Amino acid sequence: MNNNLKEQVLRSSGVNVLKCMRCGKCSGTCPSYDEMEYHPHQFVYMVEKGDIETLMNSKSIYKCLTCFACVDRCPRNVEPAKVVEAVRLATIRKQGNNHLIADNIPEMLDEDLPQQAIVTAFRKYTK
Amino acid sequence: MNTFTYYPGCTLRTKAKDLDVYARSSAEALGITLEEPENWQCCGGAYTTAKDEIATKLSAVRTLNAAKEAGRPLITVCSACHNVIKQTNYDISNDEEMAAKVNNYLKLDEAYIGETTVYHYLEMLRDVVGFDNLKKKVVNSFKGKKIAAYYGCLLLRPSKALAMDDPENPSIMEDFIKAIGGTPVIYAQRNECCGGYITMEDKAQASKRSAKVMDSAQEQGADIIITACPLCLYNLKKNSGSDLPVYYFTELLAEALGLKEANNE
Repeated sequence: MNNNLKEQVLRSSGVNVLKCMRCGKCSGTCPSYDEMEYHPHQFVYMVEKGDIETLMNSKSIYKCLTCFACVDRCPRNVEPAKVVEAVRLATIRKQGNNHLIADNIPEMLDEDLPQQAIVTAFRKYTK
Repeated sequence: MNTFTYYPGCTLRTKAKDLDVYARSSAEALGITLEEPENWQCCGGAYTTAKDEIATKLSAVRTLNAAKEAGRPLITVCSACHNVIKQTNYDISNDEEMAAKVNNYLKLDEAYIGETTVYHYLEMLRDVVGFDNLKKKVVNSFKGKKIAAYYGCLLLRPSKALAMDDPENPSIMEDFIKAIGGTPVIYAQRNECCGGYITMEDKAQASKRSAKVMDSAQEQGADIIITACPLCLYNLKKNSGSDLPVYYFTELLAEALGLKEANNE
């Protein structure tokens, strides 16, 4: 367990993971549930346990849509999406860990793809 | 009097010109003046919720401050810009540390601490024009059309910052549809995510999400579906595999007001 990483994620997210009562509503309402190895309620639990590196190395951090369904529907106001964001930032802030590379953008373009998709993906996947 | 600072955002200048053009012509016809600030910057598309992220929030603060300096409320029409700007405004009003860091960086003549009122264009129609007044100005009614309102995620959540409507049972777009003479269609997926930017990462997931939304609207008998978001429009049109027609709400507004032909000339 890496206390420093846990401290960083807690501070960056501003989330009090101890408020979670493990009802699972966040994962129940998550539109990316099927695509995730670790689900929103597991992010909250694993951060509480300090198991951050497992989450940082999982593709699940790129599957969150930032739709805020878990944030709005949590009965304890835990705001799990903010935990996912903090873990993803802990990964992509490392040198060489950008998940979206500018040179790869041209092949993703089609004539209708809105700029919004590109800037948002950069904001989420790249530092 | 009814003059607002208007922030179009990057996509309304490029792939979503329809959303912008019809918003402008309709506002003019409704007696609303929209003034675009000089040198605005892209909002970034998504709000970074992390407390130790400051640089990613600055462009939204610059836009909010431009409206403050002009002494006017701010109007946005793109769902993403609206979401980023309202969340930024909420946090700078409620998080003193974030406000201090942002202002230390920007060094404005006067610190910005959340003074600007932000409206989504739909809120302007509801709260400034009034849906009853809008109804009186309709020349081409959508009578008999079953229209599904697609809120997606960005218009409503997080509700404490967006404060636009009931996040689980919204009515603002349905009231808009009624005002232009149409019949609103209520369906389960109207406030669930279309997949958004995941289209850049995982096309299959974007297809799955957007198909779910379109199927849900179609099952309830929708003839068309409307949105305020360029990325929702893209996912619903290109990734869903459905042929249900998708439009920006501003295009229907302009058509109802009899402005669409003029715009196309």
